[in-house]
Amino acid sequence: MKKEELSEDELLEKVTSTEYKYGFTTNIDSDTIPKGLSEDVVRIISKKKEEPNWMLEYRLKAYRTWLEMKEPDWANVNYPKPNYQDIIYYSAPKQKKKLDSLDDLDPELKKTFDKLGISLNEQKRLSGVAVDIVMDSVSVATSFKSKLADLGIIFCSISEAIKEHPELVQKYLGTVVPARDNFFSALNAAVFSDGSFCYIPKGSRCPMELSTYFRINEAGTGQFERTLLIADEGSYVSYLEGCTAPQRDENQLHAAVVELIAMDNAEIKYSTVQTWYPGNKDGVGGVFNFVTKRGICHKKAKISWTQVETGSAVTWKYPSCILKGDHSIGEFFSVAVTNNLQQADTGTKMIHLGKNSKSTIIAKGICAGKSNGSYRGLVQISKGAKNSRNFSQCDSLLMGDSCGSHTFPYIEVKNSSSQVEHEATTSKIGEDQIFYCNQRGIGTEEAIALIVNGYCKDVLNQLPMEFAVEAQKLLEISLEGSVG
Amino acid sequence: MLKIENLKAVVDGVEILKGINLSVNSGEVHAIMGPNGSGKSTLSSVIAGDETYEVSSGSILFDDDDLLDLDPDQRAHKGVFLSFQYPVEIPGISVSNFIKAAITEKRKVLGLDPMPAKDLLWKMREKMDLLNMKPGYLSRNMNEGFSGGEKKRNEIFQMAMLEPKLAILDETDSGLDIDALKVVANGVNKLKNSNNATIVITHYQRLLDYIVPDYVHVLHNGRIIKSGGKELAHQLEEKGYDWITKLADEKWGS
Repeated sequence: MKKEELSEDELLEKVTSTEYKYGFTTNIDSDTIPKGLSEDVVRIISKKKEEPNWMLEYRLKAYRTWLEMKEPDWANVNYPKPNYQDIIYYSAPKQKKKLDSLDDLDPELKKTFDKLGISLNEQKRLSGVAVDIVMDSVSVATSFKSKLADLGIIFCSISEAIKEHPELVQKYLGTVVPARDNFFSALNAAVFSDGSFCYIPKGSRCPMELSTYFRINEAGTGQFERTLLIADEGSYVSYLEGCTAPQRDENQLHAAVVELIAMDNAEIKYSTVQTWYPGNKDGVGGVFNFVTKRGICHKKAKISWTQVETGSAVTWKYPSCILKGDHSIGEFFSVAVTNNLQQADTGTKMIHLGKNSKSTIIAKGICAGKSNGSYRGLVQISKGAKNSRNFSQCDSLLMGDSCGSHTFPYIEVKNSSSQVEHEATTSKIGEDQIFYCNQRGIGTEEAIALIVNGYCKDVLNQLPMEFAVEAQKLLEISLEGSVG
Repeated sequence: MLKIENLKAVVDGVEILKGINLSVNSGEVHAIMGPNGSGKSTLSSVIAGDETYEVSSGSILFDDDDLLDLDPDQRAHKGVFLSFQYPVEIPGISVSNFIKAAITEKRKVLGLDPMPAKDLLWKMREKMDLLNMKPGYLSRNMNEGFSGGEKKRNEIFQMAMLEPKLAILDETDSGLDIDALKVVANGVNKLKNSNNATIVITHYQRLLDYIVPDYVHVLHNGRIIKSGGKELAHQLEEKGYDWITKLADEKWGS
């Protein structure tokens, strides 16, 4: 053929040469404490945040627990272990006064959001989303608060909740993810700087999607945010978390903890779009994303986790459901994209304790470049969880021949009346599919975007409408320049 | 419109096309017939730009362009359409979304904005009627779970939507029952006009009862060994291919 063929290697080269689009730093004065972790640092953090004594005690206990723990190494990922004495544990943007409205926001901050494509005012106006922004650990703006307050809904930063609603925080914090749960949850409990808190009162339906954008800004600052979300009996809430970190050469540690509590008949929908900096194409830099997310479902309650993971150098994350109540439902929908030298070990745990509890797992992995993606999932059905059901589907889509995809499903069933189904597929984007699209006038890059979107449809459909569009764009950005 | 000269193509070191010459003008219907393995599908794939095949010599002029200089999607934008013998599945993408993407890309090249959703939908409905498509078809995923007949009808539906200058129907009749065949042929006939051309590739004469060709070419061992009018198809139906292929084999070797 006269035309030069673009070989698969060249295509991969193009995929891998797509630079991270969110790499920029905002020039804001930060109020930072020295590097390293000690009891004193924990005390300083607690003091800076003007926390009550019980909170300080909680942190100190967690810190002491952490000292005795070892960093886990069972995940299918390889990375240099962070030096925990070389990390700054607290950084807050200096704010002169509390903001009354988003218009008072620091112009630099605002610019950052604009680059991210999140115009708060636009979001306020168009989508009716209440946004609680965590910028380097301290909430700088909270919107729609008064409207939510009318319904008795509390949506604020966790620091504020510790001051304003200590009874709720004290009652629930650490009940789903105890500090001693794992190395990273202990670290988080000791040093978390901020995060979100949400309480939906009995019988109310949160009228809008609640959304938080997290961003790591200060070089070398770990982001240890903490989220606590309580849906009281018969309530409903949909929550979206989106993350982006600017480009840095050192690896940044991100060890968040999210706890969800769904009381009887309550429903929580928790969606994540994760786009932390993945490192450059040689694997330099990037975020270590070691997150513990877990929810508990009481009677007839339902928790749905939906995640679109395209970022981070290393991801270690298993949003889980403890199906404690009878007839409770847990769902997990995931798209995990790895490219270049990214590594992801992600999946879920469904712990069935209640009778007639049901869980669904749909996990879609997309691996390109020299990346490694693993699905790790546990379906555990206890003796008492009679007539429980699980359906799991784990699919992998490979691009090129230098990436790896792995599946580690663990299934434990302790009674005979329950049913567990597991389906798995591995496929490659076929040259015949691309040629078919080409023949209809669809260029190769658009064809790949189309095929990938089709592949992820079951998961993307779970996202709230306005974010589904964003997620689709993200997938395209992640695989952009893949072919030309 | 289309002028193929001395086209040779190789796959895995084996020469499949050994010097094809073919001219197609606007308003014409050409049938290419031949036994299995004669190179019919290779010819259509090479015209469309499938990179599995390496073109070792020759040219494919389409209007003023040599198609061999263009990518497959560029060829499509110029108006080349291939109805695939084995259409592929694209899971999760609905027929309507797929066609929307195809039309949007083509319009982009022409410097046009995407077609308004209303116009697009209206056009889809019109073409669905033409091909007796069932309601709900547009929201099914591309070829996923389609029967053989549905896949072929889906190809012709796309052709109707994209309105190509040159349509190549590769074994469109295979997998169709007689009723579906009539519907498809009727659709193709209605889409014919003096500005476009059709190449029908088929093994059997059956389809040619419904899509009547102006010219019939017999392909054997990578060469067109005989060309004629539509009566040639009938002769082949009666006598089989042997009487021509034997002569050809004596000339070029088998």
